[in-house]
Amino acid sequence: MPGDALIESRTLTINRPGTSEPVLARVDFRICPGEIVTVVGPNGSGKSSLIRALLGHMPLAEGSVTRRTGLRIGYVPQRVQLDTAIPMTVRRFLSLPRRVTDAQAQEALDRTGVPGLGARQLTQLSGGQFQRVLLARALLSDPHLLVLDEPTQGLDQPGIVAFYQLIEEVRRQTGAGILMVSHDLLVVMRSSDRVVCLNGHVCCEGTPQHVSTAPEYLALFGAEAEGTLALYRHCHDHDHDLVPEGGHIHGPGCSHGHTSEPTAASH
Amino acid sequence: MLDDFFMRAVLAGLGLALVAGPLGSFVVWRRMAYFGDSTAHAAILGVALALAFDVSIYAGTLAVAVAMASLVSALVARGQAMDTMLGVLSHSALAFGLVAISFVPSARSDLSAYLFGDILAVGRLDLALIWTGAALVLGLLILRWQRLVTSSLNEELAMAAGIDPRLERLVLSLCLAVVVALAIRVVGSLLISAMLIVPAAAARGWTRTPERMAAGAALVAAASVLAGLWSSLRLDTPAGPSIVTAAAVFFLLSQGVRRA
Repeated sequence: MPGDALIESRTLTINRPGTSEPVLARVDFRICPGEIVTVVGPNGSGKSSLIRALLGHMPLAEGSVTRRTGLRIGYVPQRVQLDTAIPMTVRRFLSLPRRVTDAQAQEALDRTGVPGLGARQLTQLSGGQFQRVLLARALLSDPHLLVLDEPTQGLDQPGIVAFYQLIEEVRRQTGAGILMVSHDLLVVMRSSDRVVCLNGHVCCEGTPQHVSTAPEYLALFGAEAEGTLALYRHCHDHDHDLVPEGGHIHGPGCSHGHTSEPTAASH
Repeated sequence: MLDDFFMRAVLAGLGLALVAGPLGSFVVWRRMAYFGDSTAHAAILGVALALAFDVSIYAGTLAVAVAMASLVSALVARGQAMDTMLGVLSHSALAFGLVAISFVPSARSDLSAYLFGDILAVGRLDLALIWTGAALVLGLLILRWQRLVTSSLNEELAMAAGIDPRLERLVLSLCLAVVVALAIRVVGSLLISAMLIVPAAAARGWTRTPERMAAGAALVAAASVLAGLWSSLRLDTPAGPSIVTAAAVFFLLSQGVRRA
């Protein structure tokens, strides 16, 4: 269904600034409404560059990017470093740059599972809370497409799982397309419809099952990729919702069981 | 009312305080303190040129401040080591200005008026210029407020919302140049950046949103002007430095409030 895509790129090529050396070469990419697409790849493989180029924040050396007309994008950039010199409550932050009503702000915070944080200063939030606030802010523009660059950086494992569950919920509720960059291979493989494996070009792409057995993918990620295979034999019987401050520590005292221990790296 | 030199001084100081608070908040948020310094120090060069070519001091300082702000912006955009570069520019601009002004015999005698301000000598024309300029800058800040705050908080979030952070930076640089030109009669070249930074820093401790910090900074700046002028009148201290001293005292008090 061409024309149905939210964003589509053809032979997209980006050069390192000031050189003719490509960061990314001839990338054909598309994402449709309701789709969760994750871009994985080693450091320096051009993941963030691809995102910036798709958003139009970066000049192309070659190729084209087509965005659907009137496309609304909710964007959560990588490693948002906030300037701590600015006093800013969560509520005020949600009204930047477009002012929203208190009801809209509350609804967005409710939806991302952090209803009580409105009056808190941004600098007082934990990593997980801050990511949820960023997501709430991105949702306020009622986006057709959510773009999340490494949204789980700095979160612990239960926090990561909870965050991806939230993303799936958002997709279900809003029907938005979701484009993510991630390095949490295990979780990504579980919650994406399609995975694009990048290393200066598209190494391989397709369903998580397809990618996780592709030789290109295994060659890129080696031992870590082995764990992804194991993931498909691993079945979760418990959920982590928003982890309370202090975190939920897994240990011998935990009352819930695992059908198989997710000790991925050792598989 | 305007016949009284003290009244004119109060009004000039309050006009400056009104705009220095919000603009100073941006200087603090964006860590542009040195940027403010170099632009302000360059103003002395503007005074020298204005006197040499017999044009208005405001025009001279504005032109040089704009040139300096553009130069600094260009260097920063080219990725020079910002800290060192600003240090070089700031002090060179001051030194060049002092050397240049020594060639203008009429200015030698009242050099300190340009370095530390001469608010008690402010005339009606100065007053009109200060309030017009302050209103213009304040209007521009209010008009672009949401964009300016967003791009000060995080440039990538701003870009994602279709805001061009470079444009917002340019707007702030120009505002800074205008305020430097306005402030030269009030607090002088050396104390302009204190007028921007100290009240904003004092307001930072007890405010929770950018708007309150900007308003709080304007309040602190206004209170500093009143307290400084009062002490200058009662104790015969120099007006410009007294205003900044008052602001510094408010800053110290605010640190106490923060701890409590």
